[in-house]
Amino acid sequence: MRCRKCERAAVINMRQHKLALCGEHYSEWFLAQTERAIEKYQMFTRDEPVLVAVSGGKDSLSLWDALLRLGYRADGLYIGLGINEPAPYSDVSLEKTRAFVSSVTPALARGASVASREVAKQSPNNELEAASSPPPLPAMRQDFVPTLHVIDIEHVYGKTIPQIAREKTRGHGKPCAACGLTKRYVMNRIALDKGYAVLATGHNLDDEVAVLLQNTLRWQTGYLARQAPVLPASREGLTRKVKPFCRFYERETATYALVRGIDYIYDECPHAVGNLTNFYKTLLNQLEAQSPGAKLGFYLEFLRARSEGAFEQFNQVEALHECEVCGQPTSAPGRCAFCRMWDIQKVDRAVAR
Amino acid sequence: MQIMFRDKKWELKGGIAARDAIKKVGLDPESVLVTINGKLVTDDTILKEDDEVKLVAVVSGGARTEF
Repeated sequence: MRCRKCERAAVINMRQHKLALCGEHYSEWFLAQTERAIEKYQMFTRDEPVLVAVSGGKDSLSLWDALLRLGYRADGLYIGLGINEPAPYSDVSLEKTRAFVSSVTPALARGASVASREVAKQSPNNELEAASSPPPLPAMRQDFVPTLHVIDIEHVYGKTIPQIAREKTRGHGKPCAACGLTKRYVMNRIALDKGYAVLATGHNLDDEVAVLLQNTLRWQTGYLARQAPVLPASREGLTRKVKPFCRFYERETATYALVRGIDYIYDECPHAVGNLTNFYKTLLNQLEAQSPGAKLGFYLEFLRARSEGAFEQFNQVEALHECEVCGQPTSAPGRCAFCRMWDIQKVDRAVAR
Repeated sequence: MQIMFRDKKWELKGGIAARDAIKKVGLDPESVLVTINGKLVTDDTILKEDDEVKLVAVVSGGARTEF
């Protein structure tokens, strides 16, 4: 199959768009679509500092890469969860994240094609020939040096996520609930404390439609009302959250990472294997195979219905209280769920200190 | 022709499209990308007898790649 724009061999065929592109034109298209989503949903401007939640995976590193290449002032936040059994997942993901930062600093960016190729060669899971010859990089700000903030949960709170999950009933033995609560809290807290206007996550369309299907099957109207590309800072103490990749299929973010030579952690969290969200992703991919564009249509039509007020009556803003320990918004008086789970009694154990 | 995916390997005869080969080995074409001899290609590419095909999972979070 040939590239629609230049007749070179295509690296991706997006059936839902009836569009096949080579590596160079795909990179251009991907960045343009990212910019389009940011503008369409009024996520943030070039004047606003952005904090990208990075995990070392393809989505978050590609997001950080794309925002930097589009000229946004984007820093990264990595949260060390201490998940290193049965394999060193957290250690490897931090290593990949740090390698990415080294590859995009302005000093290295001048020779980034070479750097990208070297990273690609070193990757145990990506043996693409020189990352399919990565195309020239789009302009990148030379006056901005991205910062990576690293928060190690065990160092700050004294336990890893698997350890706290074993001690608490939240999640019934699986660490995902404790992990999600901790990540949401820390991301919000760091974004606020360090003065970021917005927190960006790498959620892609497959992530969004899997959650959408899950909530639809159970008619979780409250969750449906709040699912959106932008979650505004609805009150003091909450940061704005955005998902610039919400219209990209997962295979599109993976293709961008491969084309750009981004060395990401290939194996995902061992605790995520077999979870319900991934089961829905599998079902939706089977639907997509029979009906190209089904996932995109499902999501965009949901957003249209939502914007027309279909879920407005369920979008009730709860009266929030201030956590008596950390001051973060919480639905019930007293300590917030985070401070209760981590048994934090004093404010001086808060994450930013 | 050899197809590799994570720690699995299959031997298939050339002359078929990558998408059909992926189905033949029991995987979901929507959840993998195809590389031939180190180059990323579209899944309509006809595989040759001496091609080395590696599949890259796109579905994060441990989703099933099998049908």
